[in-house]
Amino acid sequence: MEKEYDVIVVGGGHAGCEATAAAANMGSKTLLITMNMGTIAQMSCNPAMGGVAKGQIVREIDAMGGYSGIVTDKTAIQFRMLNLSKGPAMWSPRAQSDRWLFAQEWRIMLEQTPNVEFWQDMVTGLITEKGAVKGVKTSLGIEFKSKAVVLTNGTFLNGLIHIGEKNFGGGRAAERHATGITEELVKLGFEAGRMKTGTPPRVDGRSLDYSKMEEQKGDEHPSKFSYHPTTKPLINQKSCYITYTNETVHNTLREGFDRSPMFSGAIEGTGPRYCPSIEDKIERFSERDRHQLFVEPEGWNTVEIYVNGFSTSLPLEVQEKAIKQVAGFENAKIFRPGYAIEYDYFPPTQLKHTLETKLVDGLYFAGQINGTTGYEEAACQGLMAGINAHLKINGKDALILKRDEAYIGVLIDDLITKGTKEPYRMFTSRAEYRILLRQDNADVRLTPLSHKIGLATDVQLRLVEQKQKSLKALMKKLDNSSVTPDETNTYLSESGTANIKQKVKISNILSRPQVNIKSFAQAVPTISSLITNEDPTVIEQAEILIKYQGYIDREKEMAEKMTRLEEVKLNEEMDYFQFKSLSSEAREKLNSIKPRTLGQASRISGVSPSDISVLMIHLGR
Amino acid sequence: MYTTQETICALATPSGSGAIGIIRLSGPKAYEIANTIFHGKDLTKQATHTIHFGTVRDDNKIIDEVLVSLFKGPNSYTGEDSVEISCHGSSFILGKVIALCLKNGARFAKAGEFTQRAFVNGKLDLAQAEAVADLIASESESAHELAMNQMRGGFSDKIKTLRDELIHFASLIELELDFGEEDVEFADRDDLKELVDRLTVVLYNLIQSFSAGNVLKNGVPIAIVGEPNVGKSTLLNAILNEERAIVSDIAGTTRDAIEDEVNLGGIIFRFIDTAGLRETTDVVENIGITKTYQKVDQATVILYLVDAKKSTKEEIQKTVATIQARIVDTNKRLIVVANKLENELNDKKEVPTAILDKFEGLDEVHYLSALQKTNVEELCAHLVELVKSNIVSNSDVTVSNYRHYEALSKAYEALMKVTEGLAVNITGDFLAMDIRQSLHYLGEITGEITTDDLLGNIFSKFCIGK
Repeated sequence: MEKEYDVIVVGGGHAGCEATAAAANMGSKTLLITMNMGTIAQMSCNPAMGGVAKGQIVREIDAMGGYSGIVTDKTAIQFRMLNLSKGPAMWSPRAQSDRWLFAQEWRIMLEQTPNVEFWQDMVTGLITEKGAVKGVKTSLGIEFKSKAVVLTNGTFLNGLIHIGEKNFGGGRAAERHATGITEELVKLGFEAGRMKTGTPPRVDGRSLDYSKMEEQKGDEHPSKFSYHPTTKPLINQKSCYITYTNETVHNTLREGFDRSPMFSGAIEGTGPRYCPSIEDKIERFSERDRHQLFVEPEGWNTVEIYVNGFSTSLPLEVQEKAIKQVAGFENAKIFRPGYAIEYDYFPPTQLKHTLETKLVDGLYFAGQINGTTGYEEAACQGLMAGINAHLKINGKDALILKRDEAYIGVLIDDLITKGTKEPYRMFTSRAEYRILLRQDNADVRLTPLSHKIGLATDVQLRLVEQKQKSLKALMKKLDNSSVTPDETNTYLSESGTANIKQKVKISNILSRPQVNIKSFAQAVPTISSLITNEDPTVIEQAEILIKYQGYIDREKEMAEKMTRLEEVKLNEEMDYFQFKSLSSEAREKLNSIKPRTLGQASRISGVSPSDISVLMIHLGR
Repeated sequence: MYTTQETICALATPSGSGAIGIIRLSGPKAYEIANTIFHGKDLTKQATHTIHFGTVRDDNKIIDEVLVSLFKGPNSYTGEDSVEISCHGSSFILGKVIALCLKNGARFAKAGEFTQRAFVNGKLDLAQAEAVADLIASESESAHELAMNQMRGGFSDKIKTLRDELIHFASLIELELDFGEEDVEFADRDDLKELVDRLTVVLYNLIQSFSAGNVLKNGVPIAIVGEPNVGKSTLLNAILNEERAIVSDIAGTTRDAIEDEVNLGGIIFRFIDTAGLRETTDVVENIGITKTYQKVDQATVILYLVDAKKSTKEEIQKTVATIQARIVDTNKRLIVVANKLENELNDKKEVPTAILDKFEGLDEVHYLSALQKTNVEELCAHLVELVKSNIVSNSDVTVSNYRHYEALSKAYEALMKVTEGLAVNITGDFLAMDIRQSLHYLGEITGEITTDDLLGNIFSKFCIGK
């Protein structure tokens, strides 16, 4: 048995899988250690990838050369582009996945990736030497040596599952938790905390009455996540359903409140405010007489159903009684109860931008261990940790994505700069420049960067270059060709916009908000002949660029302004306690975070604008 | 590079001889240095915010009898330990006391350094720091009042309130963007529109008050136009005399008149292009000449001076109409001055009907003799009244700083885009972008977003001692 690797990844969830794939694809000999090889890439919570802001992240992962987009495309049972009624920055891909196929596809892709090896075992400790990681120890007493270790332990570190008044150790329902690592990290000087998350009951789909629910179909013309042409959009799709709780349900749930670990104080960890349990929703929004539930199938062939929105840790009999009072659930049979889980995390302000810990050289954290929530958030951290672990052990410059380059950049910068008090989920509003960070241009933004460091493939880069070339050509055509009033005015009137009196450039017409290139092409042959042979993604890009040019330019300008603060580098060894003119809170925060740039310093909560001015003065600016 | 380790000192009152002069020390050694040169009580053992009588001595040689005021940090202007030494206002004494401070470990303060320290120590925000610069530079009562108001944070408070409302608005939009798929209630567009409308009105008024604020700080631009030899310089001299008469009431404050700046009733009037005025060859028929128009355009008050005896009714009426057509801007005021009425105005200052007829139907006509100084006082009083009623009282908070004006304008522009967006039903992500822009610019005023240029610019404006 081999005992020496370049990179060891601990944990086989979304973060661990992406970290393994990235490091291995870049050329590091990588070992993935998981407690159970049968549960690699489990979707522990809902069987879906993407959504608002999260969908953009999956596209970014794909553009960088990660696997999440490909796996999602290959295993989706429904695809929807959310927020199409809003602007292009908000368009967000989301897919329902077949839970089993998803895990299986990930496993197969990893197996087929060169440089990846597996080991089923529990890591119980780290081997460190002079502040640098040298490997891991396992419960079977084996020592694996490596130059870097990526910890992606998810909810497994001292995981504690709560259902009503019962609680027991576990990393996921029916899986044991991991012990030893937290204690060792604390001994090394890390600060640890507790977080909480939860999941709803799964039910038997055959016991539901869908006629009492609203059907939610997939898109008529589904798109997909991956930029790779090898994956194809779905042809057949499964529907989800929407139903609602009611006052009776709420009253039943309330009866169980005295036995709720949430309210009894049994749960100490902080849960996410934006993804509350059903009991939390009822308690906090008592004025609402109903809450929306999404009824999501767990796969193509299984009858198991995920009841999204009904996350709960109330006693099983309360869960059962209450769920049967939901419209369509009168005869519902529960397969698995909902539960809450508490787990250890490490405040992410203890990390560098590369996700390497400040305390231990070569040790990286990714995923829920950093206080985040969500498959996509975890996956992208794994990707970046894997990339940077490989770069570091090969003596190369780190890859740090900026806030105006990627949601991934926003996420990591937020985590390490501000930390998080509740499980951190990505929202578009966390990004200052969301009009630049669209799902349609993730490849343009990131593939060249990733190719440069040796992850995105030549094929990927050529695709982007080809797309850019076609885009340029099409934009030129739309700029240089005109339409006449005769061929256009009927369409313009029907679209509710002003007629033209003379020949007008096509790009001019397209810039009108009421005009849509697809319907325009259907109505006017000149347009359809121009775009007929173009790739739909190129057409989409062209339309976005023409329509929103003003906004895009303005946001670029703002980003450039911000960049100037980002370019003012701060000494990471600086002792901020020497600056008496800083507020004491700022001194403490700056000293613990040690920001890389003045821009980062300005985003630390507790560091006020006048503190930044003080720093500027100290820097002699 | 600036460090708080050093104690700085400078003269805090204007240089030159006055009744008293104040020297200010600030920094960790302020008490120690003062105590070394001061003979009297042990200053280091006295309570903060107390005043002590004693002498300043150089090796036991008494330099001056002084009053020393103590301010223990952080409860001082700069936030550091500060001492103010009030001496008699002789240049020799003041120079000697400063030299003693320097000898005992203080460093001479750089321009604006006291205020810079106050800003760094969080005693003032950026808008307040700028107001201090204005306060020091303010020459007239109105400008002083404006600067005081801003320094007390009135302006910052107003902007902050505005920002908070906008932040609320922004969060409503963000909510529907990020949670559009969930069962959330959307931000009501009518409510949003109402809020934006209200905000734009407030911003608009603040922006408008810029012209008023600027006028108060830099002087009310006033143009005297008229044919050659209608008595323009005579009138200017007469007005300058009025100022002298006013200021000379306060003994010892008479200053050499700055020829083109006149302080009347606490308001500075600035005569535009007075050099040109004296040699002007403008003729009324040539009022279309660019130069004259420029003067009219720059001025807030236009004095159209007429030789009341020589000019015909037709000429007068025609010129007034021409000027009025030019000044569509409501803030500008035209005053017709009928001059050369030497010996025409009787004791009751009644105007002959033949003259009155020439000015028939015109508002604000002043009949006077600049040469004999008849009615000039009334004209001056009228000018003051005009400015006070039209400019000063327009807004309780006035924007006087160009940087503020620019930021407010940009915030306003972005808000107008929000309004436009709401009108064409644009999606929330673009609305949010413009709202964020507005917030960004409002933040620039209260100092929440600063750049090094900005700071450098602000601090270079401060004169020494404050």
